Amino acid sequence: MQLSTKHLLGIKDLNPQDISTILSTATEFKGVLQRQVKKVPSLRDVMIVNLFYENSTRTRISFELAEKRLSADTINFTASGSSAAKGETLLDTVNNILSMKVDMVVLRHSASGAPHFLAKHIPAAIINAGDGINEHPTQALLDAFSIQEKLGTLEGKKVVLIGDIMHSRVALSNIYLLKKMGAEVMVAGPPTLIPKYISEAFDVKVEYNLKRALEWCDVANVLRIQLERQNQVLFSSLREYNLAYGVSKKLLDGLKKEIVIMHPGPINRGVEIDSDVADSKQSIILQQVENGVAVRMAVLYLLSGAKNS
Amino acid sequence: MKIILDKQQLHLTISRLAHQLLENHLNLNEVVFIGLQPRGIKVSDKLMENIRALYPAEKVQYGILDITFYRDDIREALHVANKTDIPFSIEGKKVILIDDVLYTGRTIRAALDALQDLGRPQKVELCVLVDRRFNRELPIQPDYCGKAIDTVVSQKVKVEWAREEVVLY
Repeated sequence: MQLSTKHLLGIKDLNPQDISTILSTATEFKGVLQRQVKKVPSLRDVMIVNLFYENSTRTRISFELAEKRLSADTINFTASGSSAAKGETLLDTVNNILSMKVDMVVLRHSASGAPHFLAKHIPAAIINAGDGINEHPTQALLDAFSIQEKLGTLEGKKVVLIGDIMHSRVALSNIYLLKKMGAEVMVAGPPTLIPKYISEAFDVKVEYNLKRALEWCDVANVLRIQLERQNQVLFSSLREYNLAYGVSKKLLDGLKKEIVIMHPGPINRGVEIDSDVADSKQSIILQQVENGVAVRMAVLYLLSGAKNS
Repeated sequence: MKIILDKQQLHLTISRLAHQLLENHLNLNEVVFIGLQPRGIKVSDKLMENIRALYPAEKVQYGILDITFYRDDIREALHVANKTDIPFSIEGKKVILIDDVLYTGRTIRAALDALQDLGRPQKVELCVLVDRRFNRELPIQPDYCGKAIDTVVSQKVKVEWAREEVVLY
């Protein structure tokens, strides 16, 4: 038993069997996390480096925790305070770290394709922890895991991704994954934040009216407005965005059924989602964070480089 | 191919093991039974049927344990994780591990590690259907044994549950 790929660069490269394997392995790791000793010796002799060229709280802590729960040895690298600040290239940095015998690299980088570039040049297994506006595969996997846990299956479920689809790697990874697992996908948000040909390219529905989108779906995955990735004004103000696309309790109370609310974090409260929605019992935002550790344990375990299967 | 236990012998052996377990553990409140995934489950299911039939009034605590994440050959090959389901505490209990074939002893070594992570049992015992006694790679011996056999490494012992036979290939 093994994944069809040596690295996790994106959901794009996985087949449905890989995704099922990761999700079922994650279920077992979630069981481990509920035990008295929340740790297994599986990756005892494996060295993992976490290379974070971009800020992150949840993902970095989640990966680090997953590595520790698997008994792997870890090194953390953040771009600030390292030689990257002196101008060392990504490849040089990684080669230097690899000469210290590292088996796996978890990479977060602001350049789309950075993990793909590394995968071509170094022998370690690369795990993409978010690259620019391309993919964030472990986030999509944990989102899928959380939906499956809540609703039993992904197949046939209607999931709407709301907000900044254009700049969101979470959206792209989610679209790939949900389509591969047989879910129906819709993207919703202001026209300026939705790529023009997305419905043809990915076979997803597009909706510019939030209320109609919420009426259609079983699950609403509310994305963060990425203020750091917008050098142009794509909507007039955060206040206006909230009025047109913020998920509010009033909107949800007006629906015929109770939908599941998700958010990859960090939340801009009062912008894309109101506080009373984020903290309501419909929301599984904190379960997503909890599941993130189990899912990342599964990914690390399955890519840890067994010689054969 | 050689049949080690035929259908009737298999039934008798499991029934004997059930009796032996009860003989040594008069107070079932202190005992928990844990079958080892994946192949030990069939034996442990049958044993539980026997024990529950003998003591219908007693509450028998029975769980299943998967040792995939505790294997010592993870670098050689990955294995699919199975379900672990132990819905009770093993703290201070007498644990009886149940498996089908005891061979190198490595599965039991992993199971002992996994048990440690679930709590501190008062005592751990091992019950196996078949003991390939001359192939051990670790100092592990069964406390209850259905049948001890002499085999060489190239041979395979399989419990064929469809035919209810234990076969040596």
